[in-house]
Amino acid sequence: MWEYTDKVLDHFRNPRNVGTIEHPDGVGEVGSLACGDALKLTFKLGPDGRIVDAKFQTFGCASAIASSSALTEMVKGMTLEQAAKVTNQDIAEYLGGLPEQKMHCSVMGREALEAAIDNHRTGGTSKRILAGKLLCTCFGVTEEEVRRVVAENHLSTVEEVTNYTKAGGGCGKCKDDIARVIREIRQTEAAAAPDIRPAVRLTMLQKIKMIQETIDKDIRPRLKKDGGDIELLDVDGNTVYVALRGMCANCQMSRVTLRDVVEQPLREFVSPDLVVREGQP
Amino acid sequence: MRTVYLDNNATTQPDPAVVEAMLPFLREQWGNPSSMHTFGGGVRRHVEQAREQTAALLGADPAEIVFTSGGTESDNAAIRGAVEAMSPRPQVITSRVEHPAVLEPCRWLRDQGYLLTETGVDHLGRLKLDDLREALEAGPAVVSLMWANNETGVLFPIETVAGLVKAAGGIFHTDAVQAVGKVPIDVKHTPVDLLSLSGHKLHAPKGVGALFLRRGTRMKPLLMGGHQEHNRRSGTENVPGIVALGKACELARLGMEADNRRMAALRDRLQAGLLSTCPDSRVNGDRTARMPNTTNISFEYIEGESILYHLSDLGVAASSGSACSSGSLEPSHVLRAMGIPFTAVHGSIRFSLSRFTTEADVTYVLDQLPPIVRKLRAMSPFVKK
Repeated sequence: MWEYTDKVLDHFRNPRNVGTIEHPDGVGEVGSLACGDALKLTFKLGPDGRIVDAKFQTFGCASAIASSSALTEMVKGMTLEQAAKVTNQDIAEYLGGLPEQKMHCSVMGREALEAAIDNHRTGGTSKRILAGKLLCTCFGVTEEEVRRVVAENHLSTVEEVTNYTKAGGGCGKCKDDIARVIREIRQTEAAAAPDIRPAVRLTMLQKIKMIQETIDKDIRPRLKKDGGDIELLDVDGNTVYVALRGMCANCQMSRVTLRDVVEQPLREFVSPDLVVREGQP
Repeated sequence: MRTVYLDNNATTQPDPAVVEAMLPFLREQWGNPSSMHTFGGGVRRHVEQAREQTAALLGADPAEIVFTSGGTESDNAAIRGAVEAMSPRPQVITSRVEHPAVLEPCRWLRDQGYLLTETGVDHLGRLKLDDLREALEAGPAVVSLMWANNETGVLFPIETVAGLVKAAGGIFHTDAVQAVGKVPIDVKHTPVDLLSLSGHKLHAPKGVGALFLRRGTRMKPLLMGGHQEHNRRSGTENVPGIVALGKACELARLGMEADNRRMAALRDRLQAGLLSTCPDSRVNGDRTARMPNTTNISFEYIEGESILYHLSDLGVAASSGSACSSGSLEPSHVLRAMGIPFTAVHGSIRFSLSRFTTEADVTYVLDQLPPIVRKLRAMSPFVKK
């Protein structure tokens, strides 16, 4: 038997939200009978744009049913923007973990959610389209999907990719292709990794110049996309004082924005010791 | 909670009489049968008695029985040993529905440069005899075909097959791990050269098996480094296991007819009951030439592992040909070779009974399984409303 957690067994034995929603706002269907598992997810949005109800139908093993059940519980109350950020690891973590060979069940959950959101955004017209070229023909897995799962889950072996996506688990002909994808992603990651720069002591002037440059080149363009802006007010030692403008000024998520969109790139590009504060010193 | 064990093709409960028979050889008589002292040497006659009991079940001569560690070793030793002992270099023939203990050594030989043919089966799992006839024309062969299939219970016509192979000058091995004890076997009338059997499939413990090696058949031993089993299988004898296997073979020989009749009746009741209470279900495999203890049933639109977990929660043990329950991603190679649609393969459940299965066991499963099927179908996206 598989080493399922109590939470997996609970969601398998007592699945939450089984069924389909009548007149749903989004429908996502992934998998097939041939693959051995399939999931149909439907959701309904409330007046505030949050998911008020989600239901599933699943053909699959105990962990596929548990992953589907967990997914419907997780997304209730989320906005579509939040739901779109749910990863397969989130689903696995919610269940207290899944056996390695069963991680593809969590990936199926994430794919169905994505398909349902796409379906909603296109006004109910889009069914899930397999983007890009098929890498594994046995299980219908695209190269793009493999890339994504490898990057998100930091996978490094063909066997892991098979556990997470099923790719390579049939005839095995695509195993070389999977190995190539892993190699390519590893190379890109290595290239993107921050180079080990000698710890140069920046003068205050150099530091402020680099902070301003990072804000102009990396941070402001991202905030502008959401109708926001940022202004550098002051720098005191390692503390950076900024003001969020535009849409960002009253945004509920401004603390998260400050950390993820402002502080993180400043630490990466200027100095890991920087702390960002909103407002005047 | 009650336990209903219907997974006897995976392993069987050691018969209490078998356990009794082996215990003295763990407690008091633990000597080495090869020793030159009474303490060890005295054990020898018990090993030889077990050899006679095992031979009697097959209609063999005791000298034709080699004790091994189990079915997998017997299969490997027979196939590799026969191929290596044959000259000129033979071809190898097997079927697509064999147990991995046969398929893998055959494929390994193919990788070593031997010609390998894997014959097919029809939609009922019956051997395509014409495939075999055609393959035999390619030259002298070592042929390995199973007596009974572990997943479906379907029997190959071994007498016919053995006749064909012998007429073509080949060596014939049969994996009879599932058949021994459940199907009458008499090697005096069936010209098999090698036959594998396993202890734990017929109510002996795990870790012991035997290979029937017909007198005059050449086999290069797999294990070397001792003189045991007349140099055919080196290694100090697993005396408790061998004694247990002998006892189990004796019990099987004495009880087979009555046990088979009872098991077949229970199996048929289970099968008929499930087919009538669960719509969209089907039996996989030929119902006319089948072991008396096995039925393989597919429940459409749902997946085997989920069925097994729900059954397990209720104390019922069975197995499935679905991909998820196999630990690999590929569903049963046996059902796929029969051309069973994926939909049916993923929802296939194998029930395998034993002489310990009772009427009450069958009644319990007939009560408990249909609601599980309904529950899972209620959440399946493939059920048409």
